[in-house]
Amino acid sequence: MLEIAIRRKSYPDRGGQPHLALSGLALNAAPGEFVCVVGPSGCGKSTLLNVVGGLDRDVDGRVSLGGAAPEHGIGFMFQEPRLMPWLTVLDNVLLVAGQSDAAQRRARDLLGAMGLGEVMDAFPGRLSGGMQRRVALARAFVIEPKLLLMDEPFVSLDVPTANRLRAMLVELWQRCRCTVLFVTHDLREALSLADRVCFLSAAPGRVVLEYPLALPRPRMPDDATVQALQASLLAQHPELLAGLATAGTGSDGSADD
Amino acid sequence: MKPLFPRGDGWVRLASLLGFLALWQFLAWLLQSTSLPAPAVVFGRVVDETVSLALPWHLAITLARVVVSFLLAMAIGTAIGIAMGRWRQLDLLLDGWLVLGLNIPALVTIILCYVWFGLNDAAAIFAVAVNKIPTVVVTVREGARAIDRNLMQVAHAYRLPRWRTLTRVYLPQLYPYLMAAARSGLSLIWKIVLVVELLGRSNGIGFQLNMFFQFFDIAGILAYTLVFAAIVLIVEAAALRPLERRLTRWRG
Repeated sequence: MLEIAIRRKSYPDRGGQPHLALSGLALNAAPGEFVCVVGPSGCGKSTLLNVVGGLDRDVDGRVSLGGAAPEHGIGFMFQEPRLMPWLTVLDNVLLVAGQSDAAQRRARDLLGAMGLGEVMDAFPGRLSGGMQRRVALARAFVIEPKLLLMDEPFVSLDVPTANRLRAMLVELWQRCRCTVLFVTHDLREALSLADRVCFLSAAPGRVVLEYPLALPRPRMPDDATVQALQASLLAQHPELLAGLATAGTGSDGSADD
Repeated sequence: MKPLFPRGDGWVRLASLLGFLALWQFLAWLLQSTSLPAPAVVFGRVVDETVSLALPWHLAITLARVVVSFLLAMAIGTAIGIAMGRWRQLDLLLDGWLVLGLNIPALVTIILCYVWFGLNDAAAIFAVAVNKIPTVVVTVREGARAIDRNLMQVAHAYRLPRWRTLTRVYLPQLYPYLMAAARSGLSLIWKIVLVVELLGRSNGIGFQLNMFFQFFDIAGILAYTLVFAAIVLIVEAAALRPLERRLTRWRG
């Protein structure tokens, strides 16, 4: 069980004044649950992930995973692939997995299954953006995480590539059954992935609406059911989702950043 | 992957070397002076000094001093540079010293080290290292300031052990700066080591050069210089360039 309770989280803005990013945010996730966090730009989504991932410890609040502060077994995927350019694809994955025989085997199997077997010894600079994300996804799953944190990992990709990566993510998640916290500003992406969608308010962010989903998988952002659901949500909660209406309807959001 | 020596490059290097020798021969012939012996005379002298083992002996001693003071300067300079690049307060605290260190003439450090610590090898090596450390610090500090925080966050998020973070995430970002520091460091240290030897040691190439100078033995001076220059070129081609290629392979 992932339990997040943040009373206040602020950070100094450019002028040095404290900016209150999150306030009174409470969010829980069951083991193996796929939770999407949706909110307008600047509502503190990334800050939330940094706090949960332990990258930012200057916070008034607490995060616990199975009763303890989450330490090991966290996979993290950022907006950019953030691969080490001086390590090969395989070494990038082994960087987080360790060099043991078991880790080697796991890394090779995973890369092979994700269609990266051919480029295992290539440097990331040679790969396309979509392939780099795939490596970053492999890096997140190779440690067999208990908790996977994803910070808009599929932005600035073309639609087919982003959809392929989403399908891959769901498949990997269904196999490892880790808890996923997936942050996005794209409502349709959230509806296509999540077991439950949590909506954040504008800054200071807190959860203003939780929406459980029971749609069968696989689903895609451009499926009719997902589009219908998005339309009905926007109709039911126009004021909560005002910030999203523009971000979510124009395209599927994966190519507009 | 590029070939070790691209064809055209090798020829250009060779032609430039031959041109230098031709110019030297021409000047020697033109001046007909004992202060500029011809290349053949100098090469003959190299052979003589090598056969008598004087040259290898002094060369080995000088090289040992170069290696030790180089490693010392790189290690200390890198540590201070990283620390100054990372902690602003320390940077402010030491910046004045750094400017001072960069601008003190090498001769002053050498004389003071000999006066304070005696005419011994420890003082000699220390003096050389002290001259080099500030430039290493400046270069490495620049690198430490340019460290990509996003990549460090990856190491942090996955809770990588400290050693792995250092060697696989942090230091690779510093390699270009370390290479630049090593290059400029080596060329500076070659020069200073000779001065140190000339002033206070009774062996090494600097000492020999001083002796040749007393006897006005120009062929001797040029013979040692030539061998020394050859060593520098070999170190550059056989050690530094391959190392740099290896470290920047991924840019390919």
